[in-house]
Amino acid sequence: MEQILTNERSDSAENTLMGLFWAVLKRDLMLAYRKKSDLFNPLVFFLMVATLFPLGVSPEPDFLAEVAPGVVWVAALLATLLSMDSLFRSDFEDGTLEQTLLSPQPLFVIVLSKVLAHWMMSGLPLTLLAPLLGVMLFLPAEGMSGLMLSLLLGTPTLSLVGAIGAALTVGLRKGGVLISLLVLPLYIPVLIFGTSAVQAAVTGLPLAGFFALLGAMLALGVVMAPLAIAAALRISVSG
Amino acid sequence: MGKGLSKTLFQVENLFCERDERILFEDLSFNISSGEIVQVEGQNGSGKTTLLRILSGLSNNFEGDLYWQGEPLADVRDDYKRQLLYFGHHPGVKAILSPEENLRWYVAMHPGMRANSIADALDKVGLSGFEDVPCHTLSAGQNRRVSLARLYLSNARLWILDEPFTAIDKKGVAEKEQLILDHANKGGSVILTTHHELAMGDKVRRLNLDEMAGT
Repeated sequence: MEQILTNERSDSAENTLMGLFWAVLKRDLMLAYRKKSDLFNPLVFFLMVATLFPLGVSPEPDFLAEVAPGVVWVAALLATLLSMDSLFRSDFEDGTLEQTLLSPQPLFVIVLSKVLAHWMMSGLPLTLLAPLLGVMLFLPAEGMSGLMLSLLLGTPTLSLVGAIGAALTVGLRKGGVLISLLVLPLYIPVLIFGTSAVQAAVTGLPLAGFFALLGAMLALGVVMAPLAIAAALRISVSG
Repeated sequence: MGKGLSKTLFQVENLFCERDERILFEDLSFNISSGEIVQVEGQNGSGKTTLLRILSGLSNNFEGDLYWQGEPLADVRDDYKRQLLYFGHHPGVKAILSPEENLRWYVAMHPGMRANSIADALDKVGLSGFEDVPCHTLSAGQNRRVSLARLYLSNARLWILDEPFTAIDKKGVAEKEQLILDHANKGGSVILTTHHELAMGDKVRRLNLDEMAGT
């Protein structure tokens, strides 16, 4: 009678934490790939801001070069924020989030993998697209490496912090506005150090300090944010 | 079934749940022994789904004590999750994934499941030939069958099934009832809600929530 109690441990890769991490990552990337509108939405927004900004303010190269770091960073930040709401929304609506929470697998790993997949579909393309925006806004060539590196270090932090907001508001019918209010104050340090890094790169000042700070924020985010996201998801589903 | 087998698997003591200032149930106490099928009954809105969500550990919106194999549920939650299969109000099927991809994901989430028999399970729920089509092209009943295929893969001891027979045709219902019966005969337990008349007769213990409603 005890035969159904014995956990038949299959030797598949899914049993290890790394296997779990890959399985979740693969699934989320596949979902994003099949629903391409979600994928392109933040990118189009990002490009539009950079295109419209010179038309609205001033097409002067000198002026644009000066504001380019801030404009690109603000556009990237808002594009990330825009994409955050969808992170847990569809899982919540079709019940797969419930099944995730009932899984015996560690939620920390699952959540971290989901955020990584989200970043690969938002933050990473934004980073790769940033030089194009830099050129459009006459950012000096010396600033490009600073721009890309600061976005590479900064956007994962934005995704991690944004995911906490997304997890807290997923149970609400209209969480979009609330996410912005919750998360935007926490984005400000990343924005400040991100733009400062680009400006320093343009003027030829040492960059290491800014990257160290962005890296520290990312390290803190990777360790702490999944715990907060997991707790927030439990609260949202419980409610 | 010998008497020795009917040890208590899940124990509920003095459960109290209030929703929107309305008491759904209070002083609700019952045991579920291994090999037992419990059907939760009640009108719409009597709190059946809420009760199942509390038992599954999804909802913390209650007062009272839950015990799993004699231990407080909060202390043995990991073990409990390993032994639990929950079929919720939402079937938990991703519309843009195929039935097979959906089940692969479940197996990744529940390491105790039998990964090698996914095709077999899909065949048993009548979805062979639909393994690779996206679930949004399938009917509502077929989508629920995708989720019910987990019953064939699972090694879980306790099944919590919320309206498992909704949108399932008569033949499918008969098969699932047999499956539930087999599970109970092997020493597993089932808690379910359904508006179907179960053909399992005296095997089923009924728990009526209308009688538990607050005064």
